[in-house]
Amino acid sequence: MKHLLSQNEDTIVALATPPGIGAISIIRVSGPDSIAAVDKIFKGRKQISSASTHTIHYGNIIDDNDELIDDVLVSVFRLPNSYTGEDSIEISTHGSPLIVQKIISLLVDNEVRLAEAGEFTKRAFLNGRIDLTQAEAVADIINSNTEASLRGARNQLDGLLSKKVDELRELLVNTSSLIELELDFAEEDIEFMSIKEILANVNRIEKEIDDLLASYSFGRIIKDGVNVALVGKPNVGKSSLLNYLLKESRAIVSEIPGTTRDIIREELTIDGILFRLFDTAGMRAGKDIIEIEGVNRSREAVQNADIVLFLNDATVGLSEDLFSELLGLTSAERILSVVNKIDLVEVESESFDAGISAKTGEGINILFHKLKQKAIGTQNYSEKSAIVSNVRHYDSLRKAKTYLEGARKSIEEKLTGEFIAVDLRNAENALGEVIGKVTSDDILNNIFSKFCIGK
Amino acid sequence: MKEIDIVVVGGGHAGIEAAIAAAKMDCSVGVVTMDKSAFGRLSCNPAIGGSAKGHLVHEIDALGGVMGLIADLTGIQFRTLNKSKGPAVWAGRSQNDRKIYSKIASQFVESTENLEIIEDSVIEAIEEDKKIIGVRTAKGNYIKCKALIVCSGTFLNGLMHTGLQATAGGRFGERPSIGLTESLLKMGFESGRLKTGTPPRLHKNSINWSILEEQPGDIPPLPFSRRTSKENFPYLTQLSCYITYTDKKVHGILEKGFDHSPMYTGLISGIGPRYCPSIEDKVKRFSDKERHQLFLEPEGLDSDLIYLNGFATSLPAEIQLEALANIKGLEEAKMVRPGYAVEYDYFPPYQVDLTLETKLIEGLYFAGQVNGTSGYEEAAGQGLVAGINAALKIQKRGEFILKRSEAYVGVLIDDLVGKSTNEPYRMFTSRAEHRLVLRQDNADRRLMKYGFEFGLISRDMFNELARREILITKSKDLISKSKITPSQVNPYLESIETTPMDNAETIEKIVRRPEVSLRDLLEIVKNGSEDLNQLLNDNRVLEQIEIETKYSGYIQRQLDLIEKMNRLEDLLIPLNFNYSNLKSISTEGREKLSKVKPRSIAQASRISGVTPSDISVLLVYLKS
Repeated sequence: MKHLLSQNEDTIVALATPPGIGAISIIRVSGPDSIAAVDKIFKGRKQISSASTHTIHYGNIIDDNDELIDDVLVSVFRLPNSYTGEDSIEISTHGSPLIVQKIISLLVDNEVRLAEAGEFTKRAFLNGRIDLTQAEAVADIINSNTEASLRGARNQLDGLLSKKVDELRELLVNTSSLIELELDFAEEDIEFMSIKEILANVNRIEKEIDDLLASYSFGRIIKDGVNVALVGKPNVGKSSLLNYLLKESRAIVSEIPGTTRDIIREELTIDGILFRLFDTAGMRAGKDIIEIEGVNRSREAVQNADIVLFLNDATVGLSEDLFSELLGLTSAERILSVVNKIDLVEVESESFDAGISAKTGEGINILFHKLKQKAIGTQNYSEKSAIVSNVRHYDSLRKAKTYLEGARKSIEEKLTGEFIAVDLRNAENALGEVIGKVTSDDILNNIFSKFCIGK
Repeated sequence: MKEIDIVVVGGGHAGIEAAIAAAKMDCSVGVVTMDKSAFGRLSCNPAIGGSAKGHLVHEIDALGGVMGLIADLTGIQFRTLNKSKGPAVWAGRSQNDRKIYSKIASQFVESTENLEIIEDSVIEAIEEDKKIIGVRTAKGNYIKCKALIVCSGTFLNGLMHTGLQATAGGRFGERPSIGLTESLLKMGFESGRLKTGTPPRLHKNSINWSILEEQPGDIPPLPFSRRTSKENFPYLTQLSCYITYTDKKVHGILEKGFDHSPMYTGLISGIGPRYCPSIEDKVKRFSDKERHQLFLEPEGLDSDLIYLNGFATSLPAEIQLEALANIKGLEEAKMVRPGYAVEYDYFPPYQVDLTLETKLIEGLYFAGQVNGTSGYEEAAGQGLVAGINAALKIQKRGEFILKRSEAYVGVLIDDLVGKSTNEPYRMFTSRAEHRLVLRQDNADRRLMKYGFEFGLISRDMFNELARREILITKSKDLISKSKITPSQVNPYLESIETTPMDNAETIEKIVRRPEVSLRDLLEIVKNGSEDLNQLLNDNRVLEQIEIETKYSGYIQRQLDLIEKMNRLEDLLIPLNFNYSNLKSISTEGREKLSKVKPRSIAQASRISGVTPSDISVLLVYLKS
């Protein structure tokens, strides 16, 4: 019997620490290509491929455009002395979901696959890194995960996404059936679908998948919440606003500029959407080392924020210098300009998105409304829309789209059905992954039920 | 008491392949048939091949089986189906002279050394310690044997139905085989009932041919077998088929007979094939369809019978006749024999292994319709595999299993074992996930090595294949290097209305254009090199290179998938693996896995009802 090791030809990646904001996050990569894949996105003093096992390296993760994603520590574990028994890498990043997501995406672009539930442990077992009793526990974990995902799948089955994907898959099965019909039953007296119709179906399915893919950012917001960085010059009333919003005084409110040194995070829910508020220390660097650190963190919070709540003092007017600084860190459409202290001075509303008084609560409802609008954007999702919120579903849909593009290319090149069918079949399987339905007999069953076949 | 190595039950398409292959592999073989003039009888339509079935015939031929040769010798029409599509779905089909087919098949059997024809009927299989040791026959003989291959077709407890009348028998005018099923049930096998049907036969002089649409064969006709010499081919006079249609009126007449249909009155319990429905089924299930196409196929050169393909029925004879009289061209048709349905025993094929040996009894093999398939080609493919495996086992030479990625025969057996069909199983190209590499044109390149290894393919044939392989490799390299200049090739490209070139390009690259032919390109550079000229003289090599170059992207993708799948195929599961220890898999998964006893993780993953998480758990436990 061949050694089971050989099944793990894939390299996998997943976040190893709990999701969300923390001091650091650890991304784990395991498999034969883990070192090579990380090397492609890592710039340090030396290449990881030349590093020996159990060593730690400082450097930058950069994207395709040489843009810095984060400075990180990379730990190298060479087989067999790693958790999984394979070549593995652990990347310690700053604890930001956005950074983590970006790094994982970069690795996925480099042929690394997202790990399945329990997969690292499974590999550890299969490679003899953990013993039998542990393995039985793993089997239970895998099973319970499956049960959970089964439950999930069942919930989803009632859900809109499953319904939508199922519909698309059915359309795809129908389309494939029509192609297969012509291949296997050429002699029959049936009207075959024209290639035009097949192309129209392919395009339609692709368009719908595009819509689903576009819903991912919204879906993620629904699921993971919206990060809001609260930015403003000292004394504009950031902490007062926070306090008003949260009705509690975790942030120290004082009249001395620069008091709020650390990032304070609070959560609030507006119409079912979770907003995570990060109070920043201000963007002005002082000499104090702690203060400098605080400013760095503020800048980071702005970069990672889905929305930047830019707070101004009505008595001072728009802080134009800070505004232009923000524009260097994030895009204008992410910035929500708000003016505080409208109980003290009347302001022209045109220069701001919303006017509030953190003291009296005036205008807060308008602020809520504007936050929600910014989060959801102009996309018109309703409760009846199918929305993708799971990264694995997103992955499968993207795969399906790629296959459909392949099918279209075959059609455009005037290739016959058996070539188009290759991609359609793969696309079907990719959609099947989303709803946990993969069966090869569907096409024939469909043909038999819909067409009068047989001499 | 007689003592032979292998007893083959039945002389149909599975039986003759099994018997001839095993005998050629130096086993002593006895083929038991109730009627020794019935070898290779075409029970239903007088035709071999068709979509995906043509592929099977080519594969059987490459492995050293006889079906392709017999079909070539007895063909009265040859066509390649799907010629307008790509080469992966081109499929040969022949109309055959029913009598001559059977005669030639008998000659093949009779002329095989080590092969004895026993005109009798096996009524009991005898085992000892879960191992076959012999059979008892209806004539009261006991034959001692090491292996038994059951290729009983539709004969096990066969029951024929026309209207509400039922007659015991496996085929018109032939007795059923009684007893064998019962003896197998006693051993612990599970059996089921399937049904198939056949249309009425008409007298050729009673048909108004002049008003029917003609369907002639291809010119030139192409044989199935690599071993058929092209010189005298085709051997027999070639005939046409004809096409006619039913209409609403005919459907109305058929409907009148529904309350006398053995199907609709519950007389037939067996499940029939959905892809080959009876005419009454077509009318009932597709009531919106205005007409159904019918083919009139000649049964032979000196036969008066015409086979009405598309009109399989078990309705009462008088309804059949009345309906026929309303079909264009058949107004005066004389029905020589009405259509009938036949019900027969089969053994749900989860009970066999991929070698077709039963999991329950060593030395017992099932092949053909007894495994739930329909079709001569499906039967022949299984017969060949069973015959080879029985011989290999007796000679302790290992076993013969074809992968899904290697052959339709592999897809067929893997599907049977893993999905355990409950309707007659027919091959389709869409069943093969690696369709683009399982082509008729490369069947010899895929499979002849096995035929040669088992002594079923001659050394000369194999050497010829090896010579071609070398030429293919050399020529591929050559065309990837030889360039053609625009001035050389542009007149040609313009003549076929495709974009001319600006720069010199390799032949390989230009031939990727769908409309460009490799032969034409080679003609252009004819005097370029001796090697290229050599290629021009070898059609088969030329064809292989052209196909593999034109579709290289798609083929490569399938090969990548195959490689990935093969890694799972190599992850073996011990045959005695106890699934009841797997506490954490689904109940259905455990049940199916215990039943099928898959050999590999890949096979396990294809079993319906086994989920991906079952597979993960299985992997984890296997390691322990």
